[in-house]
Amino acid sequence: MTESKRKVTHGGFHRRAFLKGSGAVAAATALQTEVASAVQQTTQVAKGRMTIDLEVNGKRQTLEVETRDTLLDVLRYQLDLTGAKPVSLDGSSGASTVLLDGKPIMASTALAVACDGKRVTTVEGLDDTVPAAFVAADAQQCGFCTPGFVVAVKAFLDKNPNASETAIREGLNGNICRCGTYSHVIQAAVSLVKGGSNG
Amino acid sequence: MADTKYSWPTREEAQIIGSRRNRLDGMEKSTGAAKYTYDVNLKDQLIARALGSPHAHCTIASIDIKAAEQTPGVVHVEVLRKVGYEIKWQGDLIAVVAAESEAAAAEGVTNVKITYNEMDVFVQDAELELARKAGRTAPAGGKSVTQVEPGDDDDEDEFVEAEIQRLYDASPHKLEGYYGIDAITHCCLEPHGSTVQWKDGKLLAYLSTQNVSGTDEAFATDLDMTSDDVEVRCEYIGGGFGSKFAADYWGVAAARISKETGRPVKFMLSRDQELKNAGNRPSGYLKVRIGADNNGVVQVWDSQHWGTAGVRGGGISQSVIPYVIQPPNYRRKAIGIKTNNGQARAWRAPNHPQACAMTQTAIDDLARVMKKDAFDVFAANLGNVANGKGDVYLAEMKVAAEIIGWKDKYHLHGQGPSKGGVVEGMGLALHMWGGTANSSTCRLVIRSDGSVESSCGTQDLGTGTRTVCAMVLAETFGLDLDDVTVNIGSSKYPMSGASGGSTTVGAVSESHRRAAQDALQILFEKVAGQLSAKPEELVAVNGAIHVAGDKKRMISWKAACSRLGVQSIEVSASHKRGDASPLSNSGVCGVQMAEVAVDTETGVVKIKKFVAVQDQGLVISPKTCESQIYGAVIMGIAAALYEQRISDPATGAFVNAELSDYKLARLGDVGEIIVELYEPESERQRGVIGNGEPPAISPVAAVSNAICNALGVRVPVAPYTPQRVLEALQGRA
Repeated sequence: MTESKRKVTHGGFHRRAFLKGSGAVAAATALQTEVASAVQQTTQVAKGRMTIDLEVNGKRQTLEVETRDTLLDVLRYQLDLTGAKPVSLDGSSGASTVLLDGKPIMASTALAVACDGKRVTTVEGLDDTVPAAFVAADAQQCGFCTPGFVVAVKAFLDKNPNASETAIREGLNGNICRCGTYSHVIQAAVSLVKGGSNG
Repeated sequence: MADTKYSWPTREEAQIIGSRRNRLDGMEKSTGAAKYTYDVNLKDQLIARALGSPHAHCTIASIDIKAAEQTPGVVHVEVLRKVGYEIKWQGDLIAVVAAESEAAAAEGVTNVKITYNEMDVFVQDAELELARKAGRTAPAGGKSVTQVEPGDDDDEDEFVEAEIQRLYDASPHKLEGYYGIDAITHCCLEPHGSTVQWKDGKLLAYLSTQNVSGTDEAFATDLDMTSDDVEVRCEYIGGGFGSKFAADYWGVAAARISKETGRPVKFMLSRDQELKNAGNRPSGYLKVRIGADNNGVVQVWDSQHWGTAGVRGGGISQSVIPYVIQPPNYRRKAIGIKTNNGQARAWRAPNHPQACAMTQTAIDDLARVMKKDAFDVFAANLGNVANGKGDVYLAEMKVAAEIIGWKDKYHLHGQGPSKGGVVEGMGLALHMWGGTANSSTCRLVIRSDGSVESSCGTQDLGTGTRTVCAMVLAETFGLDLDDVTVNIGSSKYPMSGASGGSTTVGAVSESHRRAAQDALQILFEKVAGQLSAKPEELVAVNGAIHVAGDKKRMISWKAACSRLGVQSIEVSASHKRGDASPLSNSGVCGVQMAEVAVDTETGVVKIKKFVAVQDQGLVISPKTCESQIYGAVIMGIAAALYEQRISDPATGAFVNAELSDYKLARLGDVGEIIVELYEPESERQRGVIGNGEPPAISPVAAVSNAICNALGVRVPVAPYTPQRVLEALQGRA
């Protein structure tokens, strides 16, 4: 999660490559300094506040956060980006899946300060390709898990653009749906492979 | 409008009804735009978190909230339980902390200091003798039916005892069995809770609820206001499954805190609190002996079952034992056990899934001991089905068998080949449900610009209610879905019943079709003269109104509506639950078949294929209707193979109340599922019937029977975990 190496990603993320040359480096330097000083304060860390820079869905955000705030809390309460859901704070439901520098993580288990200087893509920042496939397959019922699933499918197909149905069944087990939409999520993912939008 | 005859278009006439449409709110849900209760962020809101009891049974000795109140960011602390209060299950909420952030509220909760006097616990609901010794059991009813009735001088109990014994002894085929199913929780992904704002004597409550029209009163009563001053809103709900009918004490606590602090409050249960407090499905364990004739027709059933619905006892109703197949002679007896677990709530087809899992497994075992094809034994018993619909079951069994390839693949129990220790098997189960239409009112406006807008205080649990409302309106007016605006999800809209019992699709189809037909009649009267026709000669199709059989005498929908001028058509129409209607009905069947592969070395069960054949009268929206069935099957697979509430016998703790430990099916676990809507004209003409619950009933029994067919031995208690499979194989079950 704290891996800072930037990876060239497939699909719709190239448009955000501008960050590479902008404030990211400066922000990362600031993070190191602040974390170092925070660590020295030991027990005070929990209640400390920090300013972090995030690029969220292509937009640069400078945010004052508590060091104990999760990325999920910051997205939901500071930015009102409520697509990522708080279902299991240990990340076992996958409902808070977002992309951090293009890789799927659980926003509920990531500290916001650890994301300083990074690119966060939430479901709100994706184009409509994957959501439309979910709609066509009716891969949703109550819909509370759906945004997390949409991001997970996006990340999975970016990495495995020609995934077989078997690979899809084996590779998307990090998300829980209580209503039982799995058959249709599989159908949606298969349609995206066949549609060639990820190939 | 008493003279309007309400009806549905025929299959040939229908333009929208029966067509495969995407759900209206699909894009909102898939893009994260849909705002659930948890997502509603109100300006200056406080976040509330609660302290749940760490003990399953205790009294509260002392409460100290000073440190909590002094925690940075904490604004308000409310104590829900007084000193001396007896806590009866782990997780019962004791105090609420409202703070500026999630983190501050959570820290505040850790600073609430409570001391407890611990008491004895009992959570071993499968153990009847232990429960008796602990004084935790109570009779929960029973019934005996014998074809030969006792004489006037006979003692009824003695007569029944002797008659049941005589019938059993006389039966050429006998079976004694033990079957069970553990308690599971609703585990709604959006936990129970609310985001509320008390302002100027009025309360706005975003509530995660299945009961938009029926929860305002609870807030009003607690806050000493009238329900007119309360608006309950729920545009989207993240799962309910029968557990979200009430405002709940945590909901009204949020409202009180909002009134007290003058700030909006968001109070959602934490994950473990959700699993411990907010609903579970009762467990059931059953011992039975049955006697059957040479065709496998059960002649006598004699069972006793027990289990728990939690602190208040109870369990599976005896009224549905044995399930669907009801022999001519039976005796059933139920015992409830009080345990230190949270109380059960209605869970998708209350009582039926457990009854199915505890009794249709015995029918399958009868096939096993008789060395007969289970299909034939179930079919032989269709003369004795509780709802009298043996012909529908047989037709659905044939459809399901064809799809799954029963004839080609079936082998007698335990007779299949083992491939590297993996054996395969097939099983089936039958279910039944009511699904009557609930009460519902729809207010409908047609304006001169051609717009159509409805309001109804119903809710869409993800079942497709919103889409069904729009499809009914669009069909009636000859418009498309985009041409109508459907408003649901507020208690300020006309009353519609709670979404429970599979009653919603019938309810909204009734109210929306009635309102639409009434409104259309008024519009026809306005334009009939211009078309030189009588109103009853007109039809609305494809965006126009024309004379039936003469498309040239037509006026476009927009032109027709423009004649309304400033006088919109506004109608309100209702259906009352229980009233006979040509639009809706009740009573469905359903057949499911499972094909599994069991690894005899590891005990792991995999679903290979699962077929669900379901009738539900007239299908308005096939796409969302099918989704309900897929979902019900997947939920049932989870109950069959994975989920269970695990309570520690020593402390009563619910030890797996987090999603990392509370096992649910995942995407890779569900195999190939095939759903078939059974809708011959005979079913279609019955009208609309709910289907949310019936397909959730059979999966556990069908999977159990398939496992037994594979192994040749029964794994008696669900979930059929690897450990239990191995124990059964080793003869230790």
